[in-house]
Amino acid sequence: MNKALKTLTNGILRENPTFALVLGMCPTLATTTSAINGMSMGLATTAVLICSNIVISLLKNLIPDKVRIPAFIVVIASFVTMVQLLVQAYLPAIYDALGLFIPLIVVNCIVLGRAEAFAAKNNVGLSALDGIGMGLGFTLALTILGAIRELLGTGKIFDFAIFPENYGMLVFVLAPGAFIALAYVMALVNKLKK
Amino acid sequence: MQKLIVSPAPHVHNNDSVRKNMLLVILALLPAYVMSVIEFGWGALITAAISVAACVLFEWLITKFLLRETPMIGDFSAVLTGLLLAFNLPSNLPWWIVLIGALVAIGVGKMSFGGLGQNPFNPALVGRVFLLISFPVQMTTWPRPLGFAGSYVDAETGATPLALLKQAVKAGDASVVSQLPDLWDAFLGVMGGSLGEVSALLLLIGGLFLIITRVITWHIPVSILATVTLFAAVTGWCGALPEGLTTSQYIAMTLCTGGIMLGAFFMATDYVTSPMTAWGKIIFGVGIGVIVMVIRTWGAYPEGMSFAILIMNACVPLLNHIRPKRFGEKKK
Amino acid sequence: MAKLKSTLLNMILSLTCIALVAAALLSGVYLLTQENIEAQKTAKQLEAISAVLPTHERIADPETVQGLVVHKAYTGDTFVGAAVETESNGFGGKIRLMVGFDNDSHITGYEVLEQVETPGLGTHIVEWFKNANKAGQNIIGRKATGAMTVSKDGGDVDAITAATISSRAFLEAVNKAYEAYTEGEVEAASGASQQAAPKVSEDTGDAGVSPAVAAEQNPEQQATCECGKPIEECCKTKGTPCEGNCGKCKHDGEHQCKHNCKK
Repeated sequence: MNKALKTLTNGILRENPTFALVLGMCPTLATTTSAINGMSMGLATTAVLICSNIVISLLKNLIPDKVRIPAFIVVIASFVTMVQLLVQAYLPAIYDALGLFIPLIVVNCIVLGRAEAFAAKNNVGLSALDGIGMGLGFTLALTILGAIRELLGTGKIFDFAIFPENYGMLVFVLAPGAFIALAYVMALVNKLKK
Repeated sequence: MQKLIVSPAPHVHNNDSVRKNMLLVILALLPAYVMSVIEFGWGALITAAISVAACVLFEWLITKFLLRETPMIGDFSAVLTGLLLAFNLPSNLPWWIVLIGALVAIGVGKMSFGGLGQNPFNPALVGRVFLLISFPVQMTTWPRPLGFAGSYVDAETGATPLALLKQAVKAGDASVVSQLPDLWDAFLGVMGGSLGEVSALLLLIGGLFLIITRVITWHIPVSILATVTLFAAVTGWCGALPEGLTTSQYIAMTLCTGGIMLGAFFMATDYVTSPMTAWGKIIFGVGIGVIVMVIRTWGAYPEGMSFAILIMNACVPLLNHIRPKRFGEKKK
Repeated sequence: MAKLKSTLLNMILSLTCIALVAAALLSGVYLLTQENIEAQKTAKQLEAISAVLPTHERIADPETVQGLVVHKAYTGDTFVGAAVETESNGFGGKIRLMVGFDNDSHITGYEVLEQVETPGLGTHIVEWFKNANKAGQNIIGRKATGAMTVSKDGGDVDAITAATISSRAFLEAVNKAYEAYTEGEVEAASGASQQAAPKVSEDTGDAGVSPAVAAEQNPEQQATCECGKPIEECCKTKGTPCEGNCGKCKHDGEHQCKHNCKK
């Protein structure tokens, strides 16, 4: 039980995929223009992560070592495509915001990284918990980053106005702001963890 | 950390210091600053005062409380950063935007990397670019110059000479050529623009003063100006200019407007963020010249000097691989 | 269960099976969602068209006029307006718009479909020209003339602060849309009243044409250029700029100067 709890919380802070492992930077930088976008991307990745972790953990003995990477990729790519189709069909607004970046979950190092480092070595239950933990950690990081960028850039958080938009620093909604915000949040997290 | 580097004799002693060089640069900037005070009045005074004071204050606060080191504001580098930042801002910029610019210049551009000597990018330009992207409307709305005869009326808002030039070249729109300011006005600085970029003549004098006093070498400014001139000339020869705009006019206009003079003499030559060797400096200058013209001709922003210098700043570690030949070393 | 060894047979079998199952699952999800996705796409296109048009019952199949796609809207058999997909070159690149007109040349709305203007400056075209609180910059409800210009160029539309060039490009796109609309409307009006009427050429637009179009089309009724000079004097020969040199006057048709002379 203790181990299960540890696996679950591992991804949220101690091995947070964004702030500690520094994996999956492409979606982190590109989709966190607002808190809601960051959260949607995080949740989409979480869904893929949980499914792929479970399936890969189930199949781990059926996959010969030498072809494990192509096999993992096929599994992950299938789940990503399913998520993409489902989002496009039933959540068009989110699809418009994330669009290009959903297919990129395939090459998100977190998913493949957890498949390789965790799911291929542990049982189904723990793998599922690891997927949930890592996914939530990623979602949390993206939401925080999105909220900071949205607040500084437009004066809102989750579309809720904090200060007038005229005072917003537009750079935070654009790419350079993503790097600046990520750098300072990461520095702060490292400082707090010590 | 504190290491003394001991090198073999002979040593030459002079009274060079960071403080002295910074003061000389500030001195060289003053004529152009006086010009902008004459033109923009109180706005120029207030913007520069806020910018300089804020830069010094932020540097002091960050070194004292975040880094817990002895503040080094006595070396005047923060004052120079503040002055250069102000030179890159319109004189009617709201005070709180100037404050943000100073915080970014010192906090992000300089102290995040460890302070003077560690920063890869020119801090004042980091501040300016941050503001330009964040507050494009305020950063690209220049007031009309008050002094002298107001022969250039359209400077009031929006379309500066640079934006007009770009429209003329990019869209081939001949109708805007007549709205360009007179060449003499552009050279003397009777036109809209940021505080320190209006008077090409006075910046040129300041730059020559720095070269004569050996604060900077000729390599970077000359290679930037030569590249820009060549690029503009080729644009003209290729027939890309609309009717009514001759090649020589275009070259002169390109050199006199925007941040080319300020950037070439005062921003690109910053010791910390420019290459060490002569050839490195020349490549650095050519790179800046090409990038600024590419941005001016095809990019989304009318002016590209600050972006060009920052991009080439990033190449400096690479350019520092070009090393002078050791004494007695044989050619391969 | 022991882990499978990496023999050739095992590898082929394992990968094939995984790929087959994945393919089967994917086709299932695809079939399940395809209908919905298609519906979403059409709805989106229709939404953009409807957003810019006055109330209407149906939209005719799109047609191409002067290189622009025109969607005409009808209530019953009456032509109520048209949405035109138009474009021009802005400050950063191409600006694509959907502009709606009613049957009397009033602009009923616009949507920006695509733009790459400077963020925070030119990007304001998305909402600037439909701000109902600022009459100077609002173009919704205005009567289109085909020659709208920003106030700096002598027109009556306030340009976006510090983004005159994007504003000019925007209005140019709207003007182009209007030109396509006037041609399209001539066909629509005659086509609606007398089925399969021959294509009305520019100079003979009389019966069944709305007054605005007649004025635009008929040289007799509007014999002066907008600079005030007679058309013949202003646009002397084909292709030459209008006298008074606004630089924008192009000879369009027989005796027409469609653009503002500004000086």
